[in-house]
Amino acid sequence: MKKLLTGNEAVALGAYEAGVHFAAAYPGTPSTEILENIAKYEEIISEWSPNEKVAFEAALGASIAGARSLAAMKHVGLNVAADPLFTTGYTGVNGGMVLVVADDPGLHSSQNEQDNRYYAKHAKIAMLEPSNSQEAKDMVKIAFEISEKFDTLVMLRMTTRVCHSKSLVEPGERKELPLKPYVKDLTKYYVAPAVAKQLHVKVEERLKKLEDFSNETDLNYIEWNDRKIGVISSGVAYEYAREVFGQKASYLKLGFTHPLPGKKIREFAEKVEKLYVIEELEPYMEEYVRALGFDCTGKDKIPNIWELNPEIIASSLFEEETPTIQYDKSLVANRPPTLCAGCPHRGFFYGLSKRKNVMITGDIGCYTLGGADPLRAMDTTICMGASISVGHGAKKVFDRYKKDMRVVSVIGDSTFFHTGINSLLDVVYNKSNTITCILDNRVTGMTGHQDHPGTGYTLAGEETEMISIPDLVRALGIKHVRTVNPLKLDQLKEAFDWAFALDEASVIISKYPCVLKKWSKFDREEFEPLEGKCEVDVEKCIGCKMCVNTGCPALQFVKEDKKVKVDPVQCVGCELCMQVCPTEAIYKVGD
Amino acid sequence: MTDTKSILLVGVGGQGTILAGNILSTALLEAGYDVKVSEIHGMSQRGGSVSTQIRYGKKVHSPVIGRGQSDILIAFEAMEALRYLEFLKPEGKVVVNDYKIPSAPILMGKADYPENVIEILKEKASTSVIDAAKIAQELGNMKVMNVVLLGALAKAMDLTDIDWEGVIRNTVKKEFIDINIEAFKRGRDKLALAEA
Repeated sequence: MKKLLTGNEAVALGAYEAGVHFAAAYPGTPSTEILENIAKYEEIISEWSPNEKVAFEAALGASIAGARSLAAMKHVGLNVAADPLFTTGYTGVNGGMVLVVADDPGLHSSQNEQDNRYYAKHAKIAMLEPSNSQEAKDMVKIAFEISEKFDTLVMLRMTTRVCHSKSLVEPGERKELPLKPYVKDLTKYYVAPAVAKQLHVKVEERLKKLEDFSNETDLNYIEWNDRKIGVISSGVAYEYAREVFGQKASYLKLGFTHPLPGKKIREFAEKVEKLYVIEELEPYMEEYVRALGFDCTGKDKIPNIWELNPEIIASSLFEEETPTIQYDKSLVANRPPTLCAGCPHRGFFYGLSKRKNVMITGDIGCYTLGGADPLRAMDTTICMGASISVGHGAKKVFDRYKKDMRVVSVIGDSTFFHTGINSLLDVVYNKSNTITCILDNRVTGMTGHQDHPGTGYTLAGEETEMISIPDLVRALGIKHVRTVNPLKLDQLKEAFDWAFALDEASVIISKYPCVLKKWSKFDREEFEPLEGKCEVDVEKCIGCKMCVNTGCPALQFVKEDKKVKVDPVQCVGCELCMQVCPTEAIYKVGD
Repeated sequence: MTDTKSILLVGVGGQGTILAGNILSTALLEAGYDVKVSEIHGMSQRGGSVSTQIRYGKKVHSPVIGRGQSDILIAFEAMEALRYLEFLKPEGKVVVNDYKIPSAPILMGKADYPENVIEILKEKASTSVIDAAKIAQELGNMKVMNVVLLGALAKAMDLTDIDWEGVIRNTVKKEFIDINIEAFKRGRDKLALAEA
């Protein structure tokens, strides 16, 4: 029976049915659930890797060993994995290898909206683009066949609305496959310059064969309707185009989008009167269509920023406004995401926000919200791991040019393992006295609680070596290391005083589990749980707002009586508000 | 366009919109429709504004809609109804939970919760108001507020022929089946009264 699955669940099912042996990923929205779902199949070796480069390389190793392998990541994760990607474009594979990449048009949960289709072109590998969950599952299976037939890495390019939309999927059976024989082949995997030189020749030959395939495959198909309008589209944009044009247009639906099918595009474009190229983000296909010599309507009308939907396509192409209800939207207050009630990061950023002459370089995770109102305790957020290295560069300049500025670099536990380690090595090696704060909430928080090398568990739920962050940073050469509970503001203040007084690099580890985390055996052994709830004594409350300025969503300043009240449903009793209240108006119940 | 219907379900992270969306989409599927559902995960969920789009019909293409394209807007929180009102067709329906969750700027006293939200909605669109919190409280579990609203939605969309009980039975945890079935019925019947 058909099932309603997200694109990510469908990719996992496709991997299972395709007989995949090995899969690895680093979590990242909107790709995270791919590996979470693959891990449910015991037949597949499934791993969280410390970062995307490692995931990619582990999957490549599995492929060279003869396995069908898969690596999954969000779009910016491929930037981290770009180095092995380009060389794999040369080597090809042994067992089939599929790279699943999830772009995030609309930046729902990302720092940019890069269009990764250009990576496939740049790295000279094959690319498939599903439009819905059924296609996502089918294309994973086809991708492995293409990978093995043409000896190429295949990229499956998804987008947020394919990953996180549910549509009907017909499940099938798993086909168990034996490993391909492992053969030592220096001319293929030993990419010394002389070898690579020859491999580049093969890459170009392979691309020609892939283009022939692109012209022949049913993954790229024409649906003839009225020939006055012809639409070339791919991915979820195709589904939007169908809503807009229905049966009033003919379609060239592209599922295999690198190399693009020049012959098929020509055949289609020549037979329609008006040609539209409808794609999300950049004019990847449109540039190709124009280079073939066809005039078309595309990014001259349809925006290349943010995600599309049928209404945006229709209104930009036909310059007609869809009728909507008119009302004063300014009445609606913002509802930005916030750190949860009881979040240990809140205590940390509250403490940090009190420091003057400080540049705070931040990183990617829930704690990025420490830069938002009301704490605003962050100056930069660039990419995974950048907090420490950006901080290092800034500090070197401040010192050389005698600027009275300290630098605090803030990074999460999972992010530190991801790409923070090299940066901290730079701090030690090139001698900047930055203060690196590792916010260790014992889990990869933002993406929904995945394990990492510091949690003591693998993706499969097996116990494993728990990497000690203090030991690791000392091994990197940091001499000054302290661990604090960020919900104890006096402890935190003392640690900051200590670190700010040092003229050598230091690390403060702010350690307490994420308030939403289901505690592991190790957490229960190490930490005291939060208990009870906070309450406000209205007689003592002077309405100074010190507590609400921590940004806790369990606290509300009531304008009418100028007092604060606690929402007992949200409060978890972290006591941060009690510590900042100047009149001791907040007390604990159930303590 | 087509016979495809669009439902926009909005609320605040943590209100159970995802479970409600799951029950609804499963029910539509079992009723023989093609169904597509779109949700957003990740950063916006941390106490932020959340939305689920559900589309059903004979053959559904797009999983998402744009402004002025939803047949119904079901809001688990009152201000969220106003935030997403522009996505409703001018002739569309609103089902709104008479329930307020102040957002961060409001909690800090930096913004105000809009006054007369329900009145504005009623003035602008065909609006049914339901106090799902009160019903959930009467049933003894605030968490079933989402299924109360689902009952109201089923009535508003005239989707009453579906075997909702069966779907709820298969979707929620065993110990919560009875209370959720009751919550669904109460929401459905309450809306029938409100519409009468």
